[in-house]
Amino acid sequence: MDGIVELQRQLIDYTASLFHEGFLDEQFNQLQQLEDENNPGFVVEVVTLFFEDADRLLNELTKALGQPSVDFKSLDAHVHQLKGSSSSIGAHRIHRVCISFRNSCEEQNVEGCLKNLQQVKHEYSLVKDRLETLFRVRG
Amino acid sequence: MDTNGVVSFDVSPEDSHEVHVLAVDDSLVDRKVIERLLKISACKVTAVDSGIRALQFLGLDEQRRASESDSFVPSLKVDLIITDYCMPEMTGYELLKKIKESTTFREIPVVIMSSENILPRIDRCLEEGAEDFIVKPVKLSDVKRLKGYMTPREVRERSQERTSVEGSGGGVEINNKRKLEEQEISDVSSSPPSISTLSSSPSDSSPSPSPSSSPTSSPSVLASPIRRLKMSSSTTD
Repeated sequence: MDGIVELQRQLIDYTASLFHEGFLDEQFNQLQQLEDENNPGFVVEVVTLFFEDADRLLNELTKALGQPSVDFKSLDAHVHQLKGSSSSIGAHRIHRVCISFRNSCEEQNVEGCLKNLQQVKHEYSLVKDRLETLFRVRG
Repeated sequence: MDTNGVVSFDVSPEDSHEVHVLAVDDSLVDRKVIERLLKISACKVTAVDSGIRALQFLGLDEQRRASESDSFVPSLKVDLIITDYCMPEMTGYELLKKIKESTTFREIPVVIMSSENILPRIDRCLEEGAEDFIVKPVKLSDVKRLKGYMTPREVRERSQERTSVEGSGGGVEINNKRKLEEQEISDVSSSPPSISTLSSSPSDSSPSPSPSSSPTSSPSVLASPIRRLKMSSSTTD
């Protein structure tokens, strides 16, 4: 029984650290509040949808920035989508980078966009790793 | 008509006390979240991915109802429409306009959601008749506020319907009127702008059921959401 209590404590600590490090924000708490006995897998379900969405969008962004002539409008539209969905699940750091990314798009700054894309990919892999760990423990 | 864009559709028999919300958002993640927020707030939800789908749903529903052989069929009434602002093809604002220009559907309160807290945008939507404007990400407290708009009108309508529609006569009249409206709506979804308000059917003050046509959003109701939004624009609950 002690083992379980210890694990629960570690889970709480781990979750708390994700908030402290800015990976997650208040919106993630909202999602957790929406989970109950009738909908036990809700958070995992939504976050999984987010991962799929993000994978798709990051692909699109990479392709778009690889074009000889960059379509900034299309680029911005994709970043806007990523910004929105990351905000909806509380993926705070990704959301923040997307804001910078949109500015780069507006300025039609290719270098800036490339840098932002790298940042987004980096933040995405970090938070994905953290959340997958979280889900492994909490279910 | 295909229903690819319809994510979830409540087919349970109409519960007279449950609010039915039509949610419109092109983002799958956001649809899942808003759906859950609404369901946990005891609402029935139909979630679609575009304004076109939303109009189809409203029109589709009427088409189905009108073709049923039963004399009185309770319609799967939509009590509230909540829509994202930024969507490809048809924005939430355009959807709002189409709904408010329709004699059948303009009574349905429409709430706009947007990730961007742009005051002129908010004003424009409210001026066009939106009940409220929610800045994303949508939270439980936002949905709770929406329920506040719904209950009184819905309860009022229900009690009026119960007293005035005992037989089949009133039901048939609604269906005929809505059938005519439905033709207009389907035209609208296939070809862009310029809707003329249908005027062939008796006006809003039709005798039979739910004289619910008079909009209840008074200026004072509109004013408070604006103030609340402006004040709380940067806070997170």
